[in-house]
Amino acid sequence: MRFAPTDEQRDFARALDDLLGVAAVPHIARLWAEGHHAAGLHLWRRLAGLGVTALAVPEEHGGLDAAPADLVVAFEALGRYPVPGPAIESVVLAPTLLAAVPDGPAPEDLAEGKILVTVAAPPMTPYALDADMTDAVLLLEGTTLRAATPGRRLESVDRSRRLFETVPGPTLVRLEPDTVATALATAALTCAAQLLGAGEHALAVTVEYVKSRRQFGRVIGEYQAIKHLLADVRVALDFARPLVHGAAVSLGAGSTDARRDVAAAKVSASEAAYRASRAALQAHGAIGYTEEYDLSLWITKIRALVSAWGTPAHHRAELLAALTTGRPTHASDL
Amino acid sequence: MNLDLDERVRAFRDEARAWLRENVPAEPLPHMDTAEGFEAHREWEMTLAADRWSVVSWPTAFLGRDASLLEWVLFEEEYYRAGAPSRVAQNGISLLAPILFEHGTPEQQERYLRPMADGSEIWAQAWSEPEAGSDLASLRATAVRDDARGGWILNGQKTWSSRAAFAHRGFGLFRSDPEAERHRGLTYFLFSLRAPGITIRPITKLDGHPGFAEIFFEDVFVPDADVLGTPGDGWRVAMSTAGNERGLSLRSPGRFCAAADRLVELWSAVPDAPAGLGDRVADAWIAAQAYRLYTFGAVTRIAEGGAIGADGSANKIFWSELDVRLHETALDLLGPEAELRESAWMDGYLFALSGPIYAGTNEIQRNIVAERLLGLPRGR
Repeated sequence: MRFAPTDEQRDFARALDDLLGVAAVPHIARLWAEGHHAAGLHLWRRLAGLGVTALAVPEEHGGLDAAPADLVVAFEALGRYPVPGPAIESVVLAPTLLAAVPDGPAPEDLAEGKILVTVAAPPMTPYALDADMTDAVLLLEGTTLRAATPGRRLESVDRSRRLFETVPGPTLVRLEPDTVATALATAALTCAAQLLGAGEHALAVTVEYVKSRRQFGRVIGEYQAIKHLLADVRVALDFARPLVHGAAVSLGAGSTDARRDVAAAKVSASEAAYRASRAALQAHGAIGYTEEYDLSLWITKIRALVSAWGTPAHHRAELLAALTTGRPTHASDL
Repeated sequence: MNLDLDERVRAFRDEARAWLRENVPAEPLPHMDTAEGFEAHREWEMTLAADRWSVVSWPTAFLGRDASLLEWVLFEEEYYRAGAPSRVAQNGISLLAPILFEHGTPEQQERYLRPMADGSEIWAQAWSEPEAGSDLASLRATAVRDDARGGWILNGQKTWSSRAAFAHRGFGLFRSDPEAERHRGLTYFLFSLRAPGITIRPITKLDGHPGFAEIFFEDVFVPDADVLGTPGDGWRVAMSTAGNERGLSLRSPGRFCAAADRLVELWSAVPDAPAGLGDRVADAWIAAQAYRLYTFGAVTRIAEGGAIGADGSANKIFWSELDVRLHETALDLLGPEAELRESAWMDGYLFALSGPIYAGTNEIQRNIVAERLLGLPRGR
């Protein structure tokens, strides 16, 4: 057993941090929200250069055929910096769903980051992200994959999430139920990883803020009310992360517990990130409540991602179903 | 990143599972904080020790199996999953023994470890005093040098000593240098609870059993051979125990995983449980699983030369609060039957309520997390 990121995964995370840390991602996200995609597309090309877009593409199509654990590393970084765009849809779902569609968008182009694809999967994910600017819009209805076109635009609380209704087009393929289940589980897992990253960022900026903000003659980080608020966030994130990593291991191994473990990861990461966002807002006070302060990008993104790719209620129900059907489940069976 | 068990570890786990299946008493023992239950639990310790299952992580020379940290975690999972009795020797094994291994003389190790491992000597801790709880360093019980007899004279009062009503021996800190401030001038002593000058007054806990006691010391003589570590160095010596108590060794994930599985079974058996309770059952299971996986991460870190440090405080907050929530959920599922003492869930609940208090209250732990993990400034 070695339940920790590998050296390669640590290096990958560091490379992503090096790129995104100096890329003015909040500014790019704000431009994206206004429909100005050029800077965001440039960022996606740079992410492609690090291999992000090739992770889930099979090797024979120029991809990396990476493990779910590698996806988790990438998506935690995409959450730590509010990278706009259909990341889960294009990086995780499109390569899997399109594998059996010979005349669809080419996996080589996905791998190289030349194209972006979006996906709606009602009822869990009723709207397609960025459908007005992607190279393809997919609609997953049960096991039926259709082409679609963008319909009415809807506004998300996270302004960089530009949502669209979809107008169904021709059927592309009927997929195996297992393919769909694994694809959606991987989507929920990477969403959980994004939430972890976003929660970590919200905590980090808040720790810096409370170390410098002075009230009543002392920095507010000295007050126990603030310390305990943020300690609880640290604890919540520290105990959500192993669930996300554990679900990645389960998915990667094709374990029968994978859906259970992904459900646990998504519930836990949602709760931890949401706690982080609430604590961050409270500790910042009024400045945190403003749109112009960058913290707003994370507060709104976390709220949006909590209900994306399966609400907490959905995943709790999945978990309970997995725990009570079939063989008796014991947490202690590896 | 993987969770695979190698052959050796798997064989160890399977052997433990088989032994427990054969040997765990079919009927629960009487509560260990009663005279009858204390003896029954000591007998269980002897049964464990006879086949070398009482202290698996200790060296073979001291009745252990040299088990790795991972093997110990898996043994604990099997232990709780099998519904095996509470460990009456727990405080000695998890709080004192690590210090005896690190700071004890070979002679002390010879004298105390085997009787601890086989249940013939049960140890009680003597940390808290009436005026020293979370602020342990403010303790007042004294140790005065007696050169003529080659030892120390203890005076004062300890309290909230778990198991002391029935145990044989105690360990704790005493102020050996009255001039020194707080953490300095403390000495770590081992003593017989039957020594002349000691008076034990059992204290009945919330669960109705005398699981605590006060210990009064009136000119109790302790020979030099029963000083653990160097005189005056007691705080540093003791703090390795505090770390253990908070961290891995006192509450392994096995206890919570087994309880979470039983909670899921309880929920399945209540056909019309309100939906909200189902969500809480899910959350309790998730928390137990989180603690389990977190522990595997910690085991990996330690195996690669890392340390637990202040993460032990985050750990303690998490398991103690998950334990309370899990048992609260079970009681809510039991409906109007919840208050009845015949259910094991009520015993578990009452035990869980102590978790956020002992081994450093969770408020103290949150300060540690904030200051040492997040880097917030110390309060004035």
